[in-house]
Amino acid sequence: MDLLNAFVALANFVLIPAIAYGSQLALGALGVTLVYGILRFSNFAHGETMAFGTMVTILLTWWIQSMGFSLGPLPTALLALPFGIALTALFVLGTDRVVYRFYRVQKAKPVILVIVSMGVMFVMNGLIRIVIGPDDQRFADGERFLVSARTFKEMTGLEEGLAIRSTQAITLATAIVVVIALFWFLNRTRTGKSMRAYSDNEDLALLSGINPERVVLVTWLIVAALATIAGTLYGLDKSFKPFIYVQLLLPVFASAIVGGLGSPLGAIAGGFLIAFSEVTVTYAWKKVLGYALPESLEPEGLVQLLSTDYKFAVSFAILVIVLLFRPTGLFRGKSV
Amino acid sequence: MRAALLFAAVAALILVTGFVQSWNTALLILNMGLVSAVMSLGVNLQWGFAGLFNVGIMGFVAVGGLAVVLTSMPPVPEAWGAGGTRLIGALAFGAGLIATAILLWKRMPKGRNRGLALTALMIVGFFVYRWILDPAVDAVEAVDPAATGYLGGLGLPVLLAWPIGGLMAAGVAWVIGKTALGLRSDYLAIATLGIAEILIAIIKNEDWLARGVKNVIGLPRPVPYEVDLQADPAFVERAAGFGLDAVTASTYTVKLGYGVLFAIVLVILLVLAQLALHSPWGRMMRAIRDNEVAAEAMGKDVTRRHLQIFILGSAICGIAGAMMTTLDGQLTPGTYQPLRYTFLVWVMVIVGGSGNNFGAVLGGFLIWFLWVQVEPMGQALMSVITAGMADGSALKAHLLDSVAHMRLLTMGLVLLLVLRFSPRGLIPER
Repeated sequence: MDLLNAFVALANFVLIPAIAYGSQLALGALGVTLVYGILRFSNFAHGETMAFGTMVTILLTWWIQSMGFSLGPLPTALLALPFGIALTALFVLGTDRVVYRFYRVQKAKPVILVIVSMGVMFVMNGLIRIVIGPDDQRFADGERFLVSARTFKEMTGLEEGLAIRSTQAITLATAIVVVIALFWFLNRTRTGKSMRAYSDNEDLALLSGINPERVVLVTWLIVAALATIAGTLYGLDKSFKPFIYVQLLLPVFASAIVGGLGSPLGAIAGGFLIAFSEVTVTYAWKKVLGYALPESLEPEGLVQLLSTDYKFAVSFAILVIVLLFRPTGLFRGKSV
Repeated sequence: MRAALLFAAVAALILVTGFVQSWNTALLILNMGLVSAVMSLGVNLQWGFAGLFNVGIMGFVAVGGLAVVLTSMPPVPEAWGAGGTRLIGALAFGAGLIATAILLWKRMPKGRNRGLALTALMIVGFFVYRWILDPAVDAVEAVDPAATGYLGGLGLPVLLAWPIGGLMAAGVAWVIGKTALGLRSDYLAIATLGIAEILIAIIKNEDWLARGVKNVIGLPRPVPYEVDLQADPAFVERAAGFGLDAVTASTYTVKLGYGVLFAIVLVILLVLAQLALHSPWGRMMRAIRDNEVAAEAMGKDVTRRHLQIFILGSAICGIAGAMMTTLDGQLTPGTYQPLRYTFLVWVMVIVGGSGNNFGAVLGGFLIWFLWVQVEPMGQALMSVITAGMADGSALKAHLLDSVAHMRLLTMGLVLLLVLRFSPRGLIPER
């Protein structure tokens, strides 16, 4: 019984939050990895793209809510999401046309593009703060819990409750659908195959008649969609605060690099690896150990390895360890 | 010639601020401009000379700020008595642990045993470390937490904190460089970005070190206090000689005092950077930047040179951070934001002209001026735009509120425009 309680506590405080966070990171890292694979630079503006997409979705959600629509138990944001993606895609394509294309045509060095993306980051950051302001915005509505702690306790008769927030369930479901769709697209469709060819060998792809501008266009569309979905899910699960998304840049990049830049499968693995490590290292294990261990061994302290504020340190430590021992990442990414 | 004109233009901008707004604002811009110029020199050393992509400047600036606390604040004897020795012991143990781990990794033969031994050592070591550290930290932080709750500093003159800040930043840079410099440029960028966040997290969380987010205020100053000047009859008399009242004159004097100190540091560093640039060492650095493979084939130790210049540039950022904290008179870890302390410095270097020391200095002044002045300019613009709108309308209020965020947008636009139309900066490398 105690072991069961220990497992439920573990699931409640570690597994479920980590799965939700991992899905969000994985979607973010997929965007970074696609930009890296096709456009060949590390996009520092990706965190802002996520924030921008979320902001557009939030504004649309408020508008839909004010019209009196709702999805019942599901958050209204899901209804607004496709339109949010479309607007974000337009913005991102505009950025590409006005800013990035010039350097692509010039064949500028990747590091120049990274600096350019820093400029884009500033501009987007300013825009976001001007439009929606720097404050916390909540936009989740609908049913709050799929399983609440109390119903779970009544159902099973255990001491520990297991709460699954509906946003966590939606996060996982959406992430699975998106990832399946993305892999189907990359592996089965003509455009997806041409994207992979372009990523593997640009010259050969050009020789075989692949239109680079079209590949880039599709990439940006997918990246905008991934970023908006990742950002919105993160915002639904936690809350929307513009500066949090700048800080998300580090775990997102860490996920992409740990998995191997340019490798979509790696991005997903990296996202979950980073999320699970962050949550386990910063979680106070007292409760779980209290159930799992015999009474004499019960810990006195919180058994928290590191305080929550050091979660960056965790993603970073994993990043450094992987880079030192396996420089191309777990899934053999590419290096430009 | 072009450089002289541009510098004159920036000086004119600051003078105009003095005449139009107030001399206090102008002097504030000048002082922070000097600090920014020093930071930008440091980054220029890394990026302009050697092509190292460091986006962890914020971390080094914060370490410099920490140095001011550790050097100049008086020590807290009760805290030292409560757990100081044990705490230092724990830190020494931690350092020893890492050294042992590195030694173990180098000495043991390759294979599974090595990995297992290392993991076991680190896990056991971590728990022992926490077992030594935690009680000491609790004891130290319990000493009068409202006023101290930390170990305090060494009580040395605050000016000493500047070189010490540089040394501390150099030490941190050595550790980072040893691990991260072998990586490709993008990876180095992400690595430094992460280290900067971790450094800030440490300063925020380790209350025994510098009180964390409770801030250390009332740092000693290298210049006299305004109230002391106002109480000094000789000073009041001299101020009257210039036709100024004592209060205004004292604020000017204090700010000018800082300005002179900062200018001395900037000139020294600028001269050194110029000498370095034109020395054989500087030419070697640029050769490495332009073609690493060729430089390596000529027998240059690329990794060592990179480590060297990474440490030097970071040390300069540390000095600038110490100067800034001295100017503020307080260490507030919560205010360190990557956009302000890392990416803004990058804008300064790129806009000024990477690879050219004078360009970096110019960029420091110009961008800092814009950073401060965009807000009042935006305010004026917005009040023109919203003049026709009804008072109290939500849009008008929102637009007027948004002025505060115009500076980010402007900085981004400036960076993008310079990169597009003048990619080598205002004063290009020769």
